[in-house]
Amino acid sequence: MDFGLSQDQQILRDAVARCLADTSPLEHVRECAGRDNPLSDTIFGALHDLAVPAMLVPEEHGGLGMTLLDAAVVAEQLAYAVTPAPFLASVVLAPIALSEAGTNKQKCQWLPKIARGEARIGVAISATVQARDGAGVQFVEGKLSGTALFCLDFEGADAYLVADAGGRLHLVPALASGLKATRLTTIDRTRSVGELSFAAVETDPLADDGGTASARLRDAGRVILAADSLGAGQAMIEKAVDYAGQREQFGRPIGSFQAVKHMCAEMAARHEPCRALVWYAAHVFDALPEDASLAACHAKSLTGDVHRFVARTATEVHGGMGFTDLLGLHYWFKRIGFDRQVLGGPEAVRAEAAALQGWTRAA
Amino acid sequence: MDIPGIEVRPLKTMTGHAEFNETFFTNVRVPVDQIVGQRGQGWFVANATLGHERGMLGDPDALENRLQALIGLMQQESIGEGRAIDNAVLRDRLVALQAEVTAMKCNGMRILSNSLKGEPGGMAKLIVKLQSCEVAHQISALAIDAMGEMGILYHRSPRERDGGAWQWNYMFQLGLIIGGGTAQIQKNIIAERGLEMPREPKLARISDEAKGAAGMQTDRQGAA
Repeated sequence: MDFGLSQDQQILRDAVARCLADTSPLEHVRECAGRDNPLSDTIFGALHDLAVPAMLVPEEHGGLGMTLLDAAVVAEQLAYAVTPAPFLASVVLAPIALSEAGTNKQKCQWLPKIARGEARIGVAISATVQARDGAGVQFVEGKLSGTALFCLDFEGADAYLVADAGGRLHLVPALASGLKATRLTTIDRTRSVGELSFAAVETDPLADDGGTASARLRDAGRVILAADSLGAGQAMIEKAVDYAGQREQFGRPIGSFQAVKHMCAEMAARHEPCRALVWYAAHVFDALPEDASLAACHAKSLTGDVHRFVARTATEVHGGMGFTDLLGLHYWFKRIGFDRQVLGGPEAVRAEAAALQGWTRAA
Repeated sequence: MDIPGIEVRPLKTMTGHAEFNETFFTNVRVPVDQIVGQRGQGWFVANATLGHERGMLGDPDALENRLQALIGLMQQESIGEGRAIDNAVLRDRLVALQAEVTAMKCNGMRILSNSLKGEPGGMAKLIVKLQSCEVAHQISALAIDAMGEMGILYHRSPRERDGGAWQWNYMFQLGLIIGGGTAQIQKNIIAERGLEMPREPKLARISDEAKGAAGMQTDRQGAA
């Protein structure tokens, strides 16, 4: 047994971290966050130079055929630098969906382009977790109708992958007739989400697999959101510790006061086990698929709760400065807030985890 | 322990049992070859023992055992027509604790892998005692809550569940949160050794000279 990152994964982590330290400084994040479309072409270009878009594309389609754990390693770094770049849907979920449930034609048409960074696909599966505001998409007589909320990596997508009411996935070109795409604005201005309305839209469905592929996307999405939360939490803890070591009050650094020190220790104590859990959940997605859903639920719900605590506590350690825009700490705070809610908040995900284990009696 | 001058008095705790003792030494003569380590290195030896004690208190497999017992209890314990596990609030707490236990097991495997490679345990290891004792205590707390009024039965009462083990654990694990370095001391260690945060300022310390005069150990780690 070797429970940890491989040498290759450590190299990948360090390469992405260096790349983002150069291309995603806070000034650039601020600039992107002020735009309607926050996704940064410069950063995506730099990630493309590291072959990040090719990570999860199978080798026979021009990709690297890497694992979800590799993607989780990258996600953590993206969040550490609050990177406004497309990733979750276009680099992770779309290649998984196409590889596992796409037709041969769909694979040949899209996967090589995704690997080369020439095509981006947004993913809308939120209604398979919890439909709000009556959202839902029906697949009737070969056409899609209805509304899909919280399409991820929305801006600049060439096509969207949408789950219908039966969990089957559909590929719809962004310019399809009868499709209306509306931007949704969230607390997290480093992410891009939107709403898709379908009025009898022609679709190119993926395999009719009874929702297997969309369930896999849910698992993968939750693991990557958990990894993102982990990276953002790591950054907030480091910032709180740094600040507490520099800021002086009553002639001593505030970090020497136990009231402050213990806040930091509590963050670290709750945060650190999440790292091993996220690695585990990402690893079993590929290596032990029968354990993947439960592990994804655990990783998503635990990071959701732990990092809400971290986001709040790290902000408090910064005192009034944490509340202002001056330090930009709120970008991480909001990133964590996004990661917690999307694809199921802790309570919803734990209810699923209970059902998976047969702990919920059929109503 | 049968050398003359050693007196052992069982120390009854809040659980009603005596889990440990007070030990009194009166002019006890110990042969030189029975010294553990070297003379004057008592603190070092005791600290090493404490390190093992913390590791043992944080055993993730023990957490898993308690969790499995809790799952069994919640499936058996009835509330009206249903079971405790059918209650959405109790079930939510159970799954949350299951996630915590899974995380601690993964964390344990990470520490083990690091240790096999000769790498330091780092933060993953420093947090084990604090986190595990907390999770263990919460598992017992949920068990008591899932039992409702049955949760207060103790002292071999009729209808008592599992020989009163959950109440005993709930109290004993509070003892473990305090013993082996209290939770507050664990937080100092995590902050100062793990996060490299500033120590208490010098003014608040007893100066080394004063300690020397009082015959106290001058090693700063005395605080741990």
